[in-house]
Amino acid sequence: MWDYLKLVLFGLIAVLTMYLASEARDLAFMVASLIGLLSAAVAFIYTLRGMGNARAPKTGYLDGPVRIGVILTAFWGVVGFLVGTWIAFQLAFPNLNFAWAEGYLNFGRLRPLHTSAVIFAFGGTGLVTTSFYVVQRTTGARLWNDGLAWFVFWGYQITILLAATGYLLGATQGKEYAEFEWYTDWWLTVVWVGYLLLYMGTLMKRKEPHIYVANWFYLSFIITIAMLHVVNNLSIPVSLFGSKSVQVFAGVQDAMTQWWYGHNAVGFFLTAGFLGMMYYFVPKQAERPVFSYKLSIIHFWALIFLYIWAGPHHLHYTALPDWASTLGMVFSVILWMPSWGGMINGLMTLSGAWDKLRTDPIIRMMVVSVGFYGMSTFEGPMMSIKAVNSLSHYTDWTIGHVHSGALGWNGMITFGALYFLFPRLWNKAGIYSNRLVSWHFWLATIGIIFYAASMWVTGIMEGLMWREIDAQGFLVNSFADTVAAKFPMYVVRGIGGILYLTGALIMAYNLWMTVKRAPLAREASAAAPAE
Amino acid sequence: MQGQDIYSIFRAFADSWVLLAMFVFFVGVVVWAFRPGSRKIHEDTANIPFRHEDKPAGDRE
Repeated sequence: MWDYLKLVLFGLIAVLTMYLASEARDLAFMVASLIGLLSAAVAFIYTLRGMGNARAPKTGYLDGPVRIGVILTAFWGVVGFLVGTWIAFQLAFPNLNFAWAEGYLNFGRLRPLHTSAVIFAFGGTGLVTTSFYVVQRTTGARLWNDGLAWFVFWGYQITILLAATGYLLGATQGKEYAEFEWYTDWWLTVVWVGYLLLYMGTLMKRKEPHIYVANWFYLSFIITIAMLHVVNNLSIPVSLFGSKSVQVFAGVQDAMTQWWYGHNAVGFFLTAGFLGMMYYFVPKQAERPVFSYKLSIIHFWALIFLYIWAGPHHLHYTALPDWASTLGMVFSVILWMPSWGGMINGLMTLSGAWDKLRTDPIIRMMVVSVGFYGMSTFEGPMMSIKAVNSLSHYTDWTIGHVHSGALGWNGMITFGALYFLFPRLWNKAGIYSNRLVSWHFWLATIGIIFYAASMWVTGIMEGLMWREIDAQGFLVNSFADTVAAKFPMYVVRGIGGILYLTGALIMAYNLWMTVKRAPLAREASAAAPAE
Repeated sequence: MQGQDIYSIFRAFADSWVLLAMFVFFVGVVVWAFRPGSRKIHEDTANIPFRHEDKPAGDRE
């Protein structure tokens, strides 16, 4: 019965999206409608072909979405790093903004594609996937609802496609990290509510009396992103058949809402969510429980209470009232403490097993990732101090800071999780080649160092050049002077990108070969005598 | 005019009672984490990741 209803539903969606496509006022909206149509058609055919088949028993864990998810995470990672490296060279060599691709593949269009590809496609898919895996293992229960899990998983992938095609075709709200237009926002809201229900449902049917700390972090990520996403995207579409919408807030209120969203996207998407990963995968790979469970509880609550106030530090010396930006600064500085508490907790989990650093490149990757977490959560509070910010703001230092966090912390912990998950999901004895993991590790680490170091130099140089005045009080440098002076550092940054991308490609090959070639893990049931 | 009033009321409420409530809640969490007898529970909870690797609790072979 339910299958017939699903067919009707998918059919209706297909008709609706066809109608939307035919009425579309702009290309971005038409493409979005066609993506909706295609998704509905695929879902329709898939449901139709499966009808009448006996259902597989719902025992064990639901690992289907996890298996596809780890593959897509690796795929989106490579795509995101590739676009990032490309736009790094576009900045160094503006001729790479080809005249024939103007309006589609120039820096302005590709930049949001890159940020969303790495944050929402690579990071987001990694978070959804690992959260499905971790919540089942730490509750001892199968995901609450199979259908809902698949809906959340594919629904999130559709969001990525809608956002990506929108950017290339010029549909953007112009809000950093919240660029996607109203229709993608609405769709993501539906998916996210499903995600919350699925997660809560699974937690409620848990077989363990306590909720393991990783789930606290994942859950706070889901809840807070829902809140941030809805409030920051309060906008009214100009037409129901077009991609353009108008923000409800204006002026400094809009700016404050945007950076309340923007910084907490860092805090709850890129930090809380990935800390969920850390609190599961680091203990698992180190084969010992987390250093201090008490510290993890305090880490969690301190992070939750402090992060939400830090946003105004993005708006120092603007129309934002002074008290608000001081508030943001103070909370950012206090935030340093729980961040380092979390870092210490992650690192000290290895105490008594430090020798693993020598033999296991995967744990090395995780440890470096936690190290970068500590480094960027020290750099961030420092940059939020007004005096420092007057030098660093609007310079490349900010970009360097973001990347030491994103490439170092988010990237490396996700790589570690992928190396952990692939052998387990395909029942393999281990990763295909530890040597290649080592190669990946070093290429990525050196790549990040190239990136961060060149951005420190160029950022501080540019900040000093902007504020340099001569004896008469005139500015010494024009903006173009600073751009010219940055050229060598931009090339170094691009090279760092190439190294990081090469590492990711090696990982993709290694993971592929793990599935294809690595020997099977010895099964407990196979060892038992047949009866 | 009215919007201004609502803002002032909210603002006064936020930086007095709400601030106090959140602070008390946070201190309460820390105290609760260190309560006597919590060590055993935390040790047990910290070992959850090592228990249900392959199959859900209660599933039979």
